[in-house]
Amino acid sequence: MAVAASTSTSERVIVAKAKWRPLENERNLAWLLLLPTMVLLGLFIAYPFMRGLLLSVTDTRVGIPGEFVGLANFRRLASDPIFHAVVWNTCWYTLVTTIFKLGLGLWLALLLNRSFKFKAFTRAFILLPFIIPTVLSTFAWKWMFDPTFSVLNWMLYQTGIIRVAINWLGDGDLAMLSIIIVNIWRGVPFFAISLLAGLQTISPDLNEAAAIDGARPLQRFWYITWPLLLPVTMVVMLFSVIQTFADFQIVYVMTGGGPANATHLFATYAYQLGVGTGLLSQGAAVSLAMFPILLLIVIVQLLYIRRVEVR
Amino acid sequence: MIEGAVWRRWVFFYIPLTLFLIFLLFPFYWMLITTFRPDGELYRPWRAANYTPFWTWNPTLDHIAYLFRETMFATWLWNTMFIAIASTIISLICGVFAGYALARLNFPFAGSLGTGIFITYLVPQTLLFIPLSEIIRNYKLGDTPWSLILTYPTFLIPFCTWLMMGYFKAVPKELEECARIDGASRWQAMLYIIIPVAIPGILSAGIFAFTLSWNEFIYALVFLSSPEQKTVPVGVVSELIRGDVFFWGPLMAGALLGSIPVAIAYSFFVEHYVSGLTGSVKG
Repeated sequence: MAVAASTSTSERVIVAKAKWRPLENERNLAWLLLLPTMVLLGLFIAYPFMRGLLLSVTDTRVGIPGEFVGLANFRRLASDPIFHAVVWNTCWYTLVTTIFKLGLGLWLALLLNRSFKFKAFTRAFILLPFIIPTVLSTFAWKWMFDPTFSVLNWMLYQTGIIRVAINWLGDGDLAMLSIIIVNIWRGVPFFAISLLAGLQTISPDLNEAAAIDGARPLQRFWYITWPLLLPVTMVVMLFSVIQTFADFQIVYVMTGGGPANATHLFATYAYQLGVGTGLLSQGAAVSLAMFPILLLIVIVQLLYIRRVEVR
Repeated sequence: MIEGAVWRRWVFFYIPLTLFLIFLLFPFYWMLITTFRPDGELYRPWRAANYTPFWTWNPTLDHIAYLFRETMFATWLWNTMFIAIASTIISLICGVFAGYALARLNFPFAGSLGTGIFITYLVPQTLLFIPLSEIIRNYKLGDTPWSLILTYPTFLIPFCTWLMMGYFKAVPKELEECARIDGASRWQAMLYIIIPVAIPGILSAGIFAFTLSWNEFIYALVFLSSPEQKTVPVGVVSELIRGDVFFWGPLMAGALLGSIPVAIAYSFFVEHYVSGLTGSVKG
């Protein structure tokens, strides 16, 4: 097919040879090819980012153009107890879910790395929580955590673990636990499948050689598999931490930030302020407050990844 | 191969794997069973006698019928499909071109542009939705599908570009040079020689972008307001909950039916999806 295409085009090219052909210049062609991307990213990422910065130093509300107020919005956040809770919640949520997603995802990847019947099938099904729109699957969880009709309570009651119904989403700590469970549920497949791909690039010879030398399974994992898997693990963590830190959907559906702001994250609090109450500039300030933290996470992790890869 | 005694195989392999599968798939089963369960059974206290939560002997289509009769679910499905396909196509075109330029052409600032695109890959939607909603309103795009078709590419293009760069780098330079010696222009060599070689990558990027845009929620929630413009996730959230009352039957039916198109698309391209997912991680 490639051969046919090149002969048919060569005839046309000979005819066109005398013409002015700016696209033969690598630079021109490169800029032309990058143009649509740069226009879209500029219009809908760079420009809104600047607008967000400008918005956060005014006192704009919906329908009322604001005036410059300097850093008043950020000063207000610094003394806002809900914002303090938001920072704490988000860090806790990110930390706990990431540890569990990494642990369970790695375990699942190691299980899937063996050969067994229906392996491809199992792998395809395992990714479902990651594929199915999060809002829709989170509703299934909300229904499972329902205060009166919870199937989880039914199961725990039938197995004799609990005597009275647990009000999953009505208590601050339990609500946090619930959204953490849902986030882990959604994230484990991503970790498992990505780490599985990393595992498959590790030559089985290494493990066999170590086994012949008398290394026990746990030693083989710790001294061979884990170090070789580390670069992939770090990149997976980078993506997961950012997505989790900026999470919105799960909390919005499960608790809406409640009860009593116990589960608010940056994004849900920004939404509540900016869209719910119409305090656009305060909402923009809350979501922009994520940026330095995210930037720090990205820089630290990228530096670490570079170090791991060089080694 | 699973080595060792039978009990070891069960303890270290089959039991953990089964528990993982139950944990990961139970919510979908629960969605399915709720969709077909009549209201009378649905709202039964969980300690009632003869309560069989995992099965129903009186399956009903009422919830699905409610969805199509009382809400605009069919419209939402169509909107979501249209928006997902359109934004996927735009992102693929941009991503393939940008990936080609960054991977195979020499020009000043190529490296820093690549880094810049990687960094936008890491910008979450929740960071920009408030200023973006203002911009959308100023451009008079609010409450139209175009507000999403034009903004979804911002998180799809970086991913597509990154993935395509990986594919294009793997294509040997000689292939292009042969075509150029035969008289093809740079543009033609790209279009007829290099891009066809990278079709598996384009499929991966496409299926991944499609599922991501089907999944997107916060932009759709903020930019769309009238019921006939909504996407499935937003429609389900805003129209099937009245104050504090949740219509669980139709809600689960909506969740199930809203998941089916994306699950079907995924099932056709599982391998491409997985290579897209892992390719995006490996870079």
